Amino acid sequence: MSEDFGFFLLLMSNGILIGLMYSLIALGFVLVYKATDAINFAQGEFVMFAGFVAAGALMVWGVPLWIAVTLALALMIAFGFVLERVMLRKLIGRPVISVVMATIGLAAILRGIGPFVIFSGTKPLPLPIPDEPFTLGPFFLPPIQLLGAGVSLAFLAGFGWFFLKSRKGIAMRAVADNQQVAMAMGIDVERYFGVAWAMTGIVSALGGVLWGNMLGVDVNLALVGFKVFPVVILGGLDSIPGAIIGGLIVGIVENIAAGYVDPHVGGGTKDFAPYVLMILALMIRPYGIFGKRIIERI
Amino acid sequence: MIHRECGVLKTTYEADMALYPLPIARWTVAALAVLFFLVIPLTLHEYFLSVANLVWIAVIGALGLNILVGYTGQVSIGHGAFMSVGAYTAANLANRLGAPWPVTLVAGGLMAALVGAVVGIPSLRIKGLYLAIATLAGQLIIEWTINHVTFISGGVQASIEVARPRLGSMVLNTQRDMYYFLLVFVVLAIVGTLNLMRSRIGRAFIAIRDQDIAAEIIGINIFRYKLLAFAISSFYAGVTGVLYTYFLGIANYEQFQIGVSIDYLAMIIIGGLGSVLGSIFGAIFVTLLPIVIRYAMEAFGGVFFEPQTVLNLIPNLRLMMFGTLIIVFLIVEPEGLNRLWRNIRSYFRVWPFAY
Repeated sequence: MSEDFGFFLLLMSNGILIGLMYSLIALGFVLVYKATDAINFAQGEFVMFAGFVAAGALMVWGVPLWIAVTLALALMIAFGFVLERVMLRKLIGRPVISVVMATIGLAAILRGIGPFVIFSGTKPLPLPIPDEPFTLGPFFLPPIQLLGAGVSLAFLAGFGWFFLKSRKGIAMRAVADNQQVAMAMGIDVERYFGVAWAMTGIVSALGGVLWGNMLGVDVNLALVGFKVFPVVILGGLDSIPGAIIGGLIVGIVENIAAGYVDPHVGGGTKDFAPYVLMILALMIRPYGIFGKRIIERI
Repeated sequence: MIHRECGVLKTTYEADMALYPLPIARWTVAALAVLFFLVIPLTLHEYFLSVANLVWIAVIGALGLNILVGYTGQVSIGHGAFMSVGAYTAANLANRLGAPWPVTLVAGGLMAALVGAVVGIPSLRIKGLYLAIATLAGQLIIEWTINHVTFISGGVQASIEVARPRLGSMVLNTQRDMYYFLLVFVVLAIVGTLNLMRSRIGRAFIAIRDQDIAAEIIGINIFRYKLLAFAISSFYAGVTGVLYTYFLGIANYEQFQIGVSIDYLAMIIIGGLGSVLGSIFGAIFVTLLPIVIRYAMEAFGGVFFEPQTVLNLIPNLRLMMFGTLIIVFLIVEPEGLNRLWRNIRSYFRVWPFAY
């Protein structure tokens, strides 16, 4: 095996692992869009805020890790329900820009409230896992990313079961498919909107803990959210497998681009390449690989 | 001469479209002109004039964005980047070719219009949310390009110094000079927007916003008018970028990041979508908000917090207030400050008689 090919494999494996971690965050976005047709521009801030809660509990108040994670989970679930009740329910039936701007406003609030209430500056979020990456032939696997990829796949399996088999999941699919018919069948549509936001809260809480461990918790953790858009556009806005596939594509593309292009242009390709890919996807197949083909044409 | 109407009493389209609906409108405009051209610049301190200058710059940008979002109904989260296109075009022209400000201003605007129209091309196939994400991609790609192509950004820290604009032999050095300089463009932008919306183009924009399929059926070329909306709006953005560059004396991409795009969207939402007056109100409001918060915190923050923490809290407080205001306006008063103003006015129009 030549050295070049080894480098390529290394980039691929890193891309797959980081891509699955992107998928985890994108899942939160997809869940909300699927059930409620609302676009969450604050997904990165959800993750950041969960990270702030977990890191604050762990480092500032000094509680054990499991309590910190539980606290983050509980808070994000409650936050999801409250948010749906006080903000998004009032915006049903408004133009797209209203929901977009409302979640952008929410993003600003979360960016302010984390450092304002919990702590300012950067805090680490240590997890009881080794720091040293496993080396396996040409591969170089950081444990946190393995854990993240595992959590992401577990969520895919979990949500897959939930939507296909469970009663609540089937009800949610009905809501996503046609709200009025779902209502006529006796499904409490508004409650399921709340459930969707709470599920986003769960995903964001775990995303916050994992990404917080990897990058450290500060306001810049929210920048992860910018990766969500290429992922969901590529995979399809309302498709859960799409979030995983999109995450893998974005992870691989950005690592390959960074590995081969960065030396020539002086860095930053990582943030740039997924968006170029996304523009291409928007031009060719705006509804994504797995998305519903309901894009409105003129 | 100073009477007002007590309802909608117009009987012709000409009367409905008139720039001055009543004689009193002329007097109002004259009074405002005296206020803004004489009273404010001659009485206020330099610092307040610099704040006023920031407001004027924001007014032009907000008007431009409102043409696109408020009147044509196309979302753009890329206006900060369009401003940076104008800013860097002007800075490069001024520094490399020694171009005077009229040239850089027009060139910056046109360059931004071109880039904006290119970013707007996807709007033909996609709309709403997808367009928002596409323009977001435009913002990030333009940011990256400016930051990484040294031919544009001048290399070190991606910032280019620009000399102050000159009028003949006079250099516009003080804030008061800049105030007059900017105010001229504000007046041009306001009159330009008002007239644009009275014209065939403006009516086409509004038709596309209200019902695009119907607009196409009555013979509006959607392709052309959507791109035109992007181009005009980006032209305003480019001019805003050039003026801001002259105001700061430096072109720096950090002044035009995604946060700026969001600030301008907030201006038109808080002010009122699809209204000229709303753009002005929103620009004033959003520009003054952080300044007022800083004053308030410096004055009263010490009561609750340590002096050192107060300084750290100000930017966070600003973000929280900003986000809360956007959400509150969206939920409670989607038509923004402009609607509040109209409500107050129509209340006093027939006051003290209820009907």
